[in-house]
Amino acid sequence: MCTDIIEKAELSGSGKGAEGWFGLRQANVYYDHPFHAPLDHALIVDFVQDPDTPGHRVAVELSFESAERLIAAIRAALDSGIDAHAQDIQSVRVLAGVH
Amino acid sequence: MFPYEGMIAETVQLQGDGGDWVSAYAARPLGTTGPLPGVVVVHHMPGWDEWSREVVRKFAQHGYNAVCPNLFHRFGVGSADDVAAVARSQGGASDAQVMGDIDGAVRWLKSLPASNGKAGIIGFCSGGRQVYLAACSVPSLDAAVDCWGGGVIATPEQLNEKRPVAPIDLTERMTMPLLGIFGNDDRSPTPEQVDRTEAELQRLGKTYEFHRYDGAGHGFFATDRPGYRPEQAVDAWGKVFAWYERWLAD
Repeated sequence: MCTDIIEKAELSGSGKGAEGWFGLRQANVYYDHPFHAPLDHALIVDFVQDPDTPGHRVAVELSFESAERLIAAIRAALDSGIDAHAQDIQSVRVLAGVH
Repeated sequence: MFPYEGMIAETVQLQGDGGDWVSAYAARPLGTTGPLPGVVVVHHMPGWDEWSREVVRKFAQHGYNAVCPNLFHRFGVGSADDVAAVARSQGGASDAQVMGDIDGAVRWLKSLPASNGKAGIIGFCSGGRQVYLAACSVPSLDAAVDCWGGGVIATPEQLNEKRPVAPIDLTERMTMPLLGIFGNDDRSPTPEQVDRTEAELQRLGKTYEFHRYDGAGHGFFATDRPGYRPEQAVDAWGKVFAWYERWLAD
């Protein structure tokens, strides 16, 4: 059914929408009826700059299986990044106050 | 000579909750002075979308004045999907505000020169839940159709500031006949939850009719989704129009 169950993640980075690049502050993540994808339910992620204003949004609607593959790919890419750029990542974390 | 058939479909403004002007999508048959019954279409959480507008035009095709108020109007200006994204991230519109907007849509329908003075309501999914609430709290309506509304039964943890009361707890106040359409493979509402709702309607002596379809799950009217079930959907649409013919005709 349509729910109001939503997970939110604070983000730091950039996204590209219809009007070009913009800074991202938050991801809204939910599993519910999609707007566009021909699926009954989808894993939906809205990457947004201002959570309270329409627009400036990068949206994806994924099938359950493809969302699982994406999670695995992100995990694998991050693991490779840690292997290849551990020193850089540690520097960023120190700068950000994360240890 | 062939019979004339036509409709006008357009966005309009109507006064909703608190007297706010909200946008709405309306369709009306042309070539008739009526009198015609009206139907309020309640959109689901993805918003004021293409599906909702198709349903509005379907009712005009069948001889009804129909209107779908944009329940997310106050979440900002933008495309329907962008506005719905903001609304969803904030838990949607409150029940009280939705009831006010529905009442405004009923008043708009009944003010049309071609109105017969009666109006029904139909909603799908979260809109089905809002239909159940409206049947208990918007007495200006004359008949209701709940299509697989989930959350009619709610645990205390599922209630919040925007949704303070489980609709089933308001059943005693229901003032109009209710038609329910459900798929037996649905998980929200489950068949067991539909049983409990039906038991409450029976206990309180309410006028209702429930139709439950085997081989169908949630949202089985949606022609562009894998869950579409043509045989069940065609039969159920027939039930909807029969219901309105029975309760909204002159």
